[in-house]
Amino acid sequence: MVKFEQVTKKYGKHQVVKGLNLSVKKGELVTLIGPSGCGKTTTLKMVNRLIEPTSGRIFVNGRDIMEQDPVQLRRSIGYVIQQIGLFPNMTIMQNITVVCKLQGWTREQCMHRAEELLRLVGMDPKLYLDRYPTELSGGQQQRIGVLRALAANPELILMDEPFGALDPITREQLQSELKKLQEQLQKTIIFVTHDMDEALKLADRIVLMKDGRIIQAAEPDEMLRHPADEFVTSFIGKDRLLRSPDEVFVEEVMHTNPVTIESYRGLAEALERMRKRRVDSLMVVDNKGVLAGIITIRVVQSNLTTGGPVSNYLSPPPAAVTVGQTVRQAVHLMAEQGAGYLPVVDEKNRLQGLMTRASLVDILTDVLWPDIKENGEPTAAAGKEEDR
Amino acid sequence: MQVLQKSLDYIAENPAQFIGTIQEHLFLVLVPVAMAIVVAVPLGILATRYHWLEKIAVSITNIVQTIPSLAMLAIMIIVGLGLGNKPAMTALFFYSLLPILRNTLIGIKNVDSFLKEAATGMGMTNLQLLLMVELPLALSVIMAGIRTATVICIGTATLAVYIGAGGVGTYIVRGLQLMQNHLLLLGVVPAAVMALLADYLLGKIEYLLIPRGLRAENK
Repeated sequence: MVKFEQVTKKYGKHQVVKGLNLSVKKGELVTLIGPSGCGKTTTLKMVNRLIEPTSGRIFVNGRDIMEQDPVQLRRSIGYVIQQIGLFPNMTIMQNITVVCKLQGWTREQCMHRAEELLRLVGMDPKLYLDRYPTELSGGQQQRIGVLRALAANPELILMDEPFGALDPITREQLQSELKKLQEQLQKTIIFVTHDMDEALKLADRIVLMKDGRIIQAAEPDEMLRHPADEFVTSFIGKDRLLRSPDEVFVEEVMHTNPVTIESYRGLAEALERMRKRRVDSLMVVDNKGVLAGIITIRVVQSNLTTGGPVSNYLSPPPAAVTVGQTVRQAVHLMAEQGAGYLPVVDEKNRLQGLMTRASLVDILTDVLWPDIKENGEPTAAAGKEEDR
Repeated sequence: MQVLQKSLDYIAENPAQFIGTIQEHLFLVLVPVAMAIVVAVPLGILATRYHWLEKIAVSITNIVQTIPSLAMLAIMIIVGLGLGNKPAMTALFFYSLLPILRNTLIGIKNVDSFLKEAATGMGMTNLQLLLMVELPLALSVIMAGIRTATVICIGTATLAVYIGAGGVGTYIVRGLQLMQNHLLLLGVVPAAVMALLADYLLGKIEYLLIPRGLRAENK
């Protein structure tokens, strides 16, 4: 659908895009992502010739764009910008169908198309057709912005950080709507963003750019599993990377602030800490931080009148995992012991943290298998709450 | 009060002369303003397209504006336009150029650049961009320039009598020369009323030209 061949853009001596090669398949949603100044927007704007390449060739539908009339080319490509850019002097209906009008549609055809599109995103045509952009919220305005790009039924749509100026909640809504529209209408979309979450959510393929070059172009899953280099890793963010349970260590996922009590403290203090942190047992550590055992609320309550330090009432510590062990090992241990939690200790048996079922759920959803998040989020979240 | 009575008596005695003078004054103003619109609006539009033209046009009109009114009228005689309405109207035409040109330029330049980019990116030609986006959004600013030009001209036109043109300035000069206050009033009051009325009417038109989506009550 779109093909870049050795495309370069120079401003004076400064090369913004350097020998870019990329081809976008029909029906594919490709996100261009990268730090500011990486050339992603320039790359996008070269497709509809708002910026003309210095060298190289760009093909849309097999035709070299430099051999086409720029005005006709642009009318055949949808365009959505970050600042929304609805024309304040036109009604919503006029805004949506502005390209249709340029192409000579009749008023009836335009009206019909505008109604059809508004219904597509669940906006009542009667309510909105004759309004003006300033009467709409930012989110509604950008919905119209997207509809405007769809109106003349282009096969290709360019989006330049379309949701960047919206508040997070509206942004997520519009992302979901776009995803749905895309699945329904099978448009080819090139989407510029600097937000990795957005790219991961929307893209069929992510193209990560830096200094005018493509660093990696891959499906989201592939990019998370096999980032091409350090830059990709850091740009994606370590905690988003997909890793197997053998690669994640317990210290990365444990709670670092478990509820503990020093062995010389009294029972009343133990009870107070349990109450404060709402737990039914405490890890008992000695003055070197070494895990000595645990004390449960039942023991504390039945001996409260007797008194004395907690060290007199210790239960032996549960099985612990050591720093440097993997999550897989922890899961095995947890299953073996039937334990709800595991203390994490260092090689000198000093308490470092606590692995709970909740922290396992966290890594299941965040690190290991992010796909779960999409479909199984409610159950996972509910389980997490209970466990805590 | 006596003066006012004498003024009214004068009008009652010479109604045709009084109305004729006002008509002449309006003619003296409206023709040059209309011509200035015809010249300055397209020039202002062109100036937004060509940077060199912007510089030249704005500097020249700025210089013209600094010439004192009487001197300007005198210059018209010097350059050979003679006496009467012709040099007066030419001078007023030059005076009207700046406000209209400047407002056209500013009005169009102030249209948000992302709107222009969106318009171009969707496939508008330069002319469509101008007619569908830039002019509608700049119209109220251009109108404000026309309003300013008109008001300035109504005032300045009272001086045109010194180079032999008509208008209510004739009453002012006669009143001054004959030390007749009632004649003076016949010139001053209509000039002020015309200026206020023009400002009001053009303000109404300006409001009507603001795109509905941009009016304050919609925000």
